[in-house]
Amino acid sequence: MQGNTLILILAATSVVAFFMGRARSLKLAGAPRIRGALHSLPGYYGYFTAIWCLLPALLVLSLWLSLESRLIIALLVEQLPAAQQALSAGELNLLLNNIQNLANGDAISGTADAMLQDAASRYSSYMIASRRLLAVVTLAVAGIGGVLAWRRVHPALRARNKVEQIVLVLLVAASSIAILTTIGIVLSVVFEALRFFQKVPLSEFLFGLNWSPQTAIRADQVGSSGSFGALPLFAGTLLITSIAMVVAVPVGLMTAIYLAEYSSRAVRAAAKPLLEILAGIPTVVYGFFAALTVAPWVRRAGEALGLEVASESALAAGLVMGVMIIPLVSSLTDDAINAVPSAMRDGALGLGSTRSETMRKVILPAALPGIVGGVLLAISRAIGETMIVVMAAGLAANLTANPFAAVTTVTVQIVTLLVGDQEFDSAKTLAAFALGLMLFTVTLSLNVVGLRVVRKYREQYE
Amino acid sequence: MLWGCAWCASIESSMSEVTRGKVSAGLARRRRKERLFRLCGMLATTVGIVFLVVFFADLIGKGSSAFRQTFLRLEISFDTAVIAPQGSIDLQYADFDLLARNALRDLFPDVSGRNPLRELNRLLSVGAGYQLRDMLQQDPGLLGSVQSVWLPASSSVDMLRKGNIDASIDAALRPISDAQLAWVAALQRDGRLELRWNRAFFSNGDSREPELAGIRGALMGSFYMLLVTLALALPIGVAAAIYLEEFAPRNRWSDLIEVNINNLAAVPSIVFGLLGLAVFINWATLPRSAPLVGGLVLALLTLPVIIIASRAAIKSVPPSIRDAALGLGASRMQVVFHHVMPLSLPGMLTGAIIGMSRALGESAPLLMIGMVAFIVDVPGGFSDPATALPVQIYLWADSPERAFAERTSAAIMVLLGFLMLMNLAAVVLRKRMEQKW
Repeated sequence: MQGNTLILILAATSVVAFFMGRARSLKLAGAPRIRGALHSLPGYYGYFTAIWCLLPALLVLSLWLSLESRLIIALLVEQLPAAQQALSAGELNLLLNNIQNLANGDAISGTADAMLQDAASRYSSYMIASRRLLAVVTLAVAGIGGVLAWRRVHPALRARNKVEQIVLVLLVAASSIAILTTIGIVLSVVFEALRFFQKVPLSEFLFGLNWSPQTAIRADQVGSSGSFGALPLFAGTLLITSIAMVVAVPVGLMTAIYLAEYSSRAVRAAAKPLLEILAGIPTVVYGFFAALTVAPWVRRAGEALGLEVASESALAAGLVMGVMIIPLVSSLTDDAINAVPSAMRDGALGLGSTRSETMRKVILPAALPGIVGGVLLAISRAIGETMIVVMAAGLAANLTANPFAAVTTVTVQIVTLLVGDQEFDSAKTLAAFALGLMLFTVTLSLNVVGLRVVRKYREQYE
Repeated sequence: MLWGCAWCASIESSMSEVTRGKVSAGLARRRRKERLFRLCGMLATTVGIVFLVVFFADLIGKGSSAFRQTFLRLEISFDTAVIAPQGSIDLQYADFDLLARNALRDLFPDVSGRNPLRELNRLLSVGAGYQLRDMLQQDPGLLGSVQSVWLPASSSVDMLRKGNIDASIDAALRPISDAQLAWVAALQRDGRLELRWNRAFFSNGDSREPELAGIRGALMGSFYMLLVTLALALPIGVAAAIYLEEFAPRNRWSDLIEVNINNLAAVPSIVFGLLGLAVFINWATLPRSAPLVGGLVLALLTLPVIIIASRAAIKSVPPSIRDAALGLGASRMQVVFHHVMPLSLPGMLTGAIIGMSRALGESAPLLMIGMVAFIVDVPGGFSDPATALPVQIYLWADSPERAFAERTSAAIMVLLGFLMLMNLAAVVLRKRMEQKW
């Protein structure tokens, strides 16, 4: 039976359970023997029955599905001939893949010999048996749960309270998913990074000057011993981030000031949505624009000035990234400026300072913490930005501060190391997680500090 | 104003000549600075807008031609001897390409020899045969008849027709030979070459041949992914927001959740990709490249957006409504689900739409979980291998062929169109349902 049909049947069963529970409550309330009004509205008795019909069954279903493939594969391996059981983990994995593909009727590598055929047919029979059993067990659980709950329906049953308790538990569970996500991120990144640091010492990773993650597959291969000095990546990230900030901070700041202080209402009404469009363009689109339009411009401009410009220069990626971040800086600056009490502004203007003097000497200093917090958030955004640099920045790790040279960044390397098939035991793949750990740590601390500064400052004047 | 002038005069008399001199000496400089500052602000505002204009002009200039495609009109004779030598057509193995090649050859009877003929055949797309096969499949009665058919030309002919190939440069440097140039010119003279609506772009999956590559596969992949994302992120996000706003006690745990959500909203998306790779694919062994996994990752990514928007929506419902319901004897849960939630639903839905539009444009985490594969088939379910529209853009942007650059821009236009529709829907929803208390 397909999983979808099973879920549909479960849903239908719980709907039936709802009406049966509701009907029973009404019937009992009307029965002369029992007497007494219902504790809750009849619908709650229905929900009560339906929840007990659905929830345990769903729990069983999800547990079953998450454990099924492991159990079946363990069973399968146990029954393989001894020669195959002795294979290394990688080869065994390949064999199991072949068996599964053969069972599904897909193409396999190598020939389908008798052993493979045998295993494949065993695999499919296990799968079929498992699915049948699953359907029977889930429906049985649903039925038993429903019937038990149905029998408990009684006018004195505090159905509303019970239903509300369950709903509250569900609400709590939903809100803890945010925490689970953070824990998941930390665990998944830290574990793989720790495995990486067992192979490559932390000091080499942090301070090494040489990044070439290609490791040799065979022992006698030349030129690819793999070195994991990530300093050039950090330098490249820093270079592109600085270029982006050089564009985004002044432009974003001045835009916010102009729109808040100088522009007419009509200009503001037109400019703000336009800047919001800028914030809504997907990064892959920025990347395409940077790689195919801006990079050639930068190169031509550089050549006209007699400079040597790489076709994947840091400048092109940084410029476009800066434009992408303008709306973020300008909206956070806008918030900070608006949070400054108007008494300060009026006071400065009343004493005879010009509008720019008011802005530069009174409002901006007062709003500075908020603006700094916003800039920290913008830096974190630039460091974590992926698609623009993947498409427009280079792959070679150069340790340079020349904006016309090609540099690579942490995010670019994560993508290049992880795109394609990976094995989770090579230093090359694990290096991506070590870089991810660095990225997560740096952006998280920037975010925490930035958010705290922004919020604390906002409260100060309110 | 009269008393004002009197007041001025009294100040003037008390103010020393020195101070006045200082102020007026500096006035010009200060005014200049003021003007400069103002100019800087104006320039900064125009930077963003100029970028937008240049960007859209560049995009439309590059991409609008991809919606039209060069077709060749050929007199195809569905020759029984070619495609049905045994009397019936074998749709899988019959040589439909030969029909098109024969028709093309009939137009240029003086071309002979292996290499010139091959060059001639290259004017046609490799998709021509499939089109003929589909025609026959739909209408087997065509067998034996002669039909005038518009067949797709190859991408180099297409590029030449659209003026993207400079015919004047050295023949070795352009993807089209002198002989082919002459044939194309002859075909054009006969009115056999025409730019027509490019249906393949919307109905095909990816392809190595630019003239056959389409975005349907990527669109369907994005669609399935967003379905998963919406089904997970909307209920969970709304539930979390309700809990945090209405039920959570003010304690450390709630603070922790709150800080967490704000931070998650600012975590780089690629980190979510690492999470998806390590947890969903490596640990839970879900299938690689599947919209299911992409949807899961994007759900986690959009969850903070939806929670934050939903909380704002719930906050905007005035407490008097809650008090009234509580006063009439409703339980807290009834207050929330009967009154607060229906009233804040527009705000929540707006948040959900904005979250979905972010998910639609997201590509970095999808690269991590294997959605960058070259996939020709249009996905038909949640676990079929698929790509998403932004990833398709990334893949095409990497292709060296000139014709793919055009398609990339067109795909971007489609993507931006969808995003604009979603944002427009959010704005309309907000305007329509906004309630003033």
